[in-house]
Amino acid sequence: MLEVDLEHRLGAFELDIHFRSGRGLTALFGRSGAGKTSVINAIAGLICPQSGRIVVDGSVLIDTERRIRTPAHRRRIGYVFQEGRLFPHLTVRQNLLFGRWFASGPAPAARFDDVVDLLGISSLLDRRPGRLSGGEKQRVAIGRALLASPRLLLMDEPLASLDARRKDEILPYIERLRDQAGVPIVYVSHVVGEVTRLATTVVLISEGRVRAVGSVAEVMGRAELYPMVGRFEAGAVLAARLAAHDPRWGLSELAGTFGKLTVPRLEAPVGAALRVRIRARDVILATSPPVGTSALNVFGCRVEALFPIEEAALEVQLRLDGDERLLARVTRRSGAALGLSPGREVFALIKTVAIDRSSLGRQDGGAGLDDEVDGFEEE
Amino acid sequence: MVVPGFTPDETDAVWLSLRVAFWAMLGSLPVALATAMVLARTRFWGKSLLDGLVHLPLVMPPVVTGYLLLLLFGRHGPLGRFFAESLGLVFAFRWTGAALASAVMAFPLMVRAIRLSLEAVDRRLEEAAGTLGAGGVFVFLMITLPLIAPGIVAGMVLSFARSLGEFGATITFVSNIPGETRTLPLAIYTLTQSPGGDPAVLRLTVVAIILSMLALLASETLSRRLAWRLSGD
Repeated sequence: MLEVDLEHRLGAFELDIHFRSGRGLTALFGRSGAGKTSVINAIAGLICPQSGRIVVDGSVLIDTERRIRTPAHRRRIGYVFQEGRLFPHLTVRQNLLFGRWFASGPAPAARFDDVVDLLGISSLLDRRPGRLSGGEKQRVAIGRALLASPRLLLMDEPLASLDARRKDEILPYIERLRDQAGVPIVYVSHVVGEVTRLATTVVLISEGRVRAVGSVAEVMGRAELYPMVGRFEAGAVLAARLAAHDPRWGLSELAGTFGKLTVPRLEAPVGAALRVRIRARDVILATSPPVGTSALNVFGCRVEALFPIEEAALEVQLRLDGDERLLARVTRRSGAALGLSPGREVFALIKTVAIDRSSLGRQDGGAGLDDEVDGFEEE
Repeated sequence: MVVPGFTPDETDAVWLSLRVAFWAMLGSLPVALATAMVLARTRFWGKSLLDGLVHLPLVMPPVVTGYLLLLLFGRHGPLGRFFAESLGLVFAFRWTGAALASAVMAFPLMVRAIRLSLEAVDRRLEEAAGTLGAGGVFVFLMITLPLIAPGIVAGMVLSFARSLGEFGATITFVSNIPGETRTLPLAIYTLTQSPGGDPAVLRLTVVAIILSMLALLASETLSRRLAWRLSGD
């Protein structure tokens, strides 16, 4: 359990952050310069907020009112920095074991072999950090932080300096960490795909303030939040399970509370839990059930709210059958022509190919993939 | 010790020089490290004054430095009396005084080398060590010190080489006593003043060149090896 309340002024920039979060991965999400890194620096003790209180698992790290301030090295907060920050004069093994020297208690929470296996770094142990690839460095940095037995793990855009392939290499490790290591994670990112895929809880931060806290689907489904998070496009997130593959047409079928969704074939086993992000501009609205269309996915839904964006466009927030949200972007002219208003029943058409593949990620939850497959076959 | 081709006086001067340079280097190391830390890492009123004071021996005439040492550390000087009475350490007209004079003259070079390497240390690595549970002392011993090791080695070699050549401050402070304070440069100077000393001067000059070259080569090798270790490759 993490409680953060802090106020801090840096020149003209004012940080005023209040949120609570629990187990799993909490993503601090917002555009660059929103103050996300300052928040985790305050949690780690690298900066001291002018006023505030931070509590992790019941122990007070800082409380300016009661004049409590635990020094950084006694906080037991792991920190994975954007640039890794491995010690260049030590081998990978020595880097990993660095925190062991200072970890109190007889039995470290994470065993060396387990962490090395989890991160797939056993072949790197005797090498020096200088010749490791960016992805390898980040995995070692994660392992180093974990082996110091932290009660909370902070990750500051750990993928930012990596190319797309390296990112894909690390993402599964972070998912495993979230699901298996039992250490809560606070993850800073401005990338919507990463947040969609990894977050248990999203804390949306803009201009030094928390604008929304909730699950990925809740926060991503709120159209009014998008102007705050940056230039990338709005898109709702749906939770789904892989129901079947269709090898003949190269498609996969996903099932969720909203119904069924057909997507390009996914490299995941049947039964896998996924999150799908559907960009608002890939959703077409119709007032009657469409006939003779090439779109494979049609959902009946109700208009919840309309938000004018830009000069000619409208962001439409929709509620699906299963209570999940969908976002659609239409021109204002179309909005008027269709008579869109809150409460109106409409049909949403999603082009199959429009689904953002990189946002398809495994959902959190402790159950392994194999268990889920078994469960599916019994149904 | 008798070395063929050298008179006992000459070998004495060489050994004395090595001993003086060694202790000058070793004795000033902790002080130079502390001074470099203060100059590189702290901010306080009067810092440029301290910086100037450290660098003073580099720009002042060595004779002046030697004279000031005589005033402060001489038999009747305030510091000289203190050291003699509390530690039994006498500097005036002893080889220890020659070591002190060399240490003071070489001090700015050592501080400078260590300070530069301290300023090149990525402080974010120290921050990272802190988040892994290391307190200030451990961060210094396990991260900072290994990272500045090349600078420390460079500073030590510079100090040693500078001490081998120290002349002005030494002769002013502790005079030119054979077997006690007559180091290699002083011996060469004395020989140039006496008739028929030329062959001996030449012999000692060759020794001086060889010693200086060895010091440079040693520093070169050591710092290359350290730099390789620190590059992380």
